[in-house]
Amino acid sequence: MAVKAAYENYSGPNRDAVENFHGNQLVYIGWDEHMMFPCAGVFPLPPQMPFGAVIKEVVPAAFSLHPDFANIDWGKVEWLLDGKSFNPTLDKSLEDNGVHHKSLIRMITPGLNGINNSGF
Amino acid sequence: MSEKMVFLALQDNEDARPIREAIEADNPLAVITQFPGVYKIDAPGRLVINRESVEERIGRAWNPQDIHLSLVTLSGNIDETEDYFALERT
Amino acid sequence: MEQAKKMNMKEKYNTMTGDLAWDFSYKTEAEIFPLSDFEGIKIEDWSKWQDPFRLTMDAYWKYQGEKERKLYAVIDAFGQNNAHLGVTDARYINALKIFLTAVTPLEYGAHRGFAMTGRAFPGVGAQVASQMQSIDELRHAQTQLHTISQYNKYFDGLHDPFHMFDRTWYLSVPKSYFEDALSAGPFEFITAISFSFEYVLTNLLFMPFMSGAAYNGDMATVNFGFSAQSDESRHMTLGLEVIKFMLEQHPDNLPIIQRWIDKYFWRGYRLLGIVGMMMDYMLPKRVMSWKEGWEMYFEQNGKMLFDDLARYGITMPKFWEQSVEEKEHLTHQLWLTFYSYGHAAAFHTWIPDDSELDWLSEKYPVTFDKYYRPRLVYLREQEKAGKRFYNPSLPQLCQTCQIPMVYTDPKNPTKRVYRETTYKGDKFHFCSDACKEIFEHEPEKMSQAWLPPHQIFQGNCGGATIPDVLKYYHFTENDGGEFLHSRDNANWNMWKGLTPDEEAA
Repeated sequence: MAVKAAYENYSGPNRDAVENFHGNQLVYIGWDEHMMFPCAGVFPLPPQMPFGAVIKEVVPAAFSLHPDFANIDWGKVEWLLDGKSFNPTLDKSLEDNGVHHKSLIRMITPGLNGINNSGF
Repeated sequence: MSEKMVFLALQDNEDARPIREAIEADNPLAVITQFPGVYKIDAPGRLVINRESVEERIGRAWNPQDIHLSLVTLSGNIDETEDYFALERT
Repeated sequence: MEQAKKMNMKEKYNTMTGDLAWDFSYKTEAEIFPLSDFEGIKIEDWSKWQDPFRLTMDAYWKYQGEKERKLYAVIDAFGQNNAHLGVTDARYINALKIFLTAVTPLEYGAHRGFAMTGRAFPGVGAQVASQMQSIDELRHAQTQLHTISQYNKYFDGLHDPFHMFDRTWYLSVPKSYFEDALSAGPFEFITAISFSFEYVLTNLLFMPFMSGAAYNGDMATVNFGFSAQSDESRHMTLGLEVIKFMLEQHPDNLPIIQRWIDKYFWRGYRLLGIVGMMMDYMLPKRVMSWKEGWEMYFEQNGKMLFDDLARYGITMPKFWEQSVEEKEHLTHQLWLTFYSYGHAAAFHTWIPDDSELDWLSEKYPVTFDKYYRPRLVYLREQEKAGKRFYNPSLPQLCQTCQIPMVYTDPKNPTKRVYRETTYKGDKFHFCSDACKEIFEHEPEKMSQAWLPPHQIFQGNCGGATIPDVLKYYHFTENDGGEFLHSRDNANWNMWKGLTPDEEAA
């Protein structure tokens, strides 16, 4: 469907085109079953950033306030990329891992499901 | 409830009191629920405010449009003349 | 001198409104009203427009003048008697902060919108109704500013509502709703605001909120609220008449109107979640829960009004069932969201005391003790231990409603809903099927949304750090954060001669 406008060929800027982010792309990162963080966070990251660096630098800044965070066994973390299960290669870049502008990464930590296993 | 209901809400103040009394007198099926500062009046099918009933209580002329000064909200189709203001849903 | 016969109501209305129009001699109707047909709404006969109140302009001025005199007498008395000290407690003022920053600018937006429709509609009845409503809405914005300015002398967060409205992350929710309608054509605007917002949803804004103000000792707000609401009953009636008029004019109008009803019901429902949060969490003395309000004003009354419209082929707004499924979760999830982003808000947040938690358990027996009480108790303990929780990341927002993507599957309330679509090669994210569908119908428009977190990263909001951005919003250091440690709370305790312990009890 298309918008009905008062003139022909209505269009406007894509406000969040990747070119607007000064060389970065947006990446959303959420942690399932940890509603203390009520939604995923959004981060402007260089596409060349290795996935391992995201885990070392970005993820702790976002989620380390949760007591489960210190107990994460990173070898067992399951990842979803844009809704599909995903095995990131840690030394490869976001781009090479298929993480694009405005991709959503979800982190699942089996056995760690929030305070008293409550999903919070 | 299967019956079609209408309602209006009036400010709980002295201006609205004779209107409320007229409604109670003329609409035996109306049910009044009190909230802080306001009350809601529900009735099945039709709710009417008669000019004469209000005038009897205030002892002077009253125009049904004066309910604009007391009305808070309403639901239903409006039927209004010089002699009454009514809400209907049939 | 012989007195002219008094006109009856109908004659008077026709003489004082319909007959005020004039015929055009040297321009065509299409030239004079260029916005009247691009939306696809077909009007055969504008003279069929009915104003059920038959309010003429002279009566309008008389009643409005009387309402203003009453209201300003109360505002004066309020100021002269230090009545701000009469509210239940200082937490209550935070509901006013949300009202002033999120709702008052909408009143002004409605004033602009109805000025537009009054110019755009070719029928005189619609022009006069639009004119009255445009003036009403300006009056509401002004009376709200004047009333709440009494509180601005004593409390934080009330100093810059219009500046904040145009910039702040959570205020983009009401702003985008209204601008979506304002940037559409006149028929879509009037359906969005007069019908979906005023007729279907506004009872939930004013009835519980103003009754809440009365219950919490806020005489000034009660008075502007009810003064405004007396206009709203006229607006709601207009909303219903507009819909009926359009549907009676041409059968082709039905699918267009149904889609607008679906769209603005959902967008309005999302917006009203913030009101629900005020009802359940911010009023120290509570009138009714969000769930009770939704049942009374939408599930019962809304259902009846859609039954009225069934004869025209109109059905209940799409996705209404979703709003009912969410009613036991909505306000708790939103309050926890604002609590966790309390350092970036212009009002205070807190954990309710035990008696308030008990009230919530009673009102939300299915969900509160199971899901939400443990979260609130945990956060309260963290705060007592000096670890007040604030979420360090910027939120992912829904592209359509612009609310952080916090909503969950009602059947599985620890699982967030994630929806996405692709448009011109880019991904767009949504909190619900309804928000996704709204986007997919008008991607050219909705892809232009000004999402505050993204704008921060584009460098358009004063800088990259939270203090930079808060400065850009005109937030002061006293506006946000935990209520217990706020200047509002300290002042209140001093004015009332309370110790912090008494206040907490």
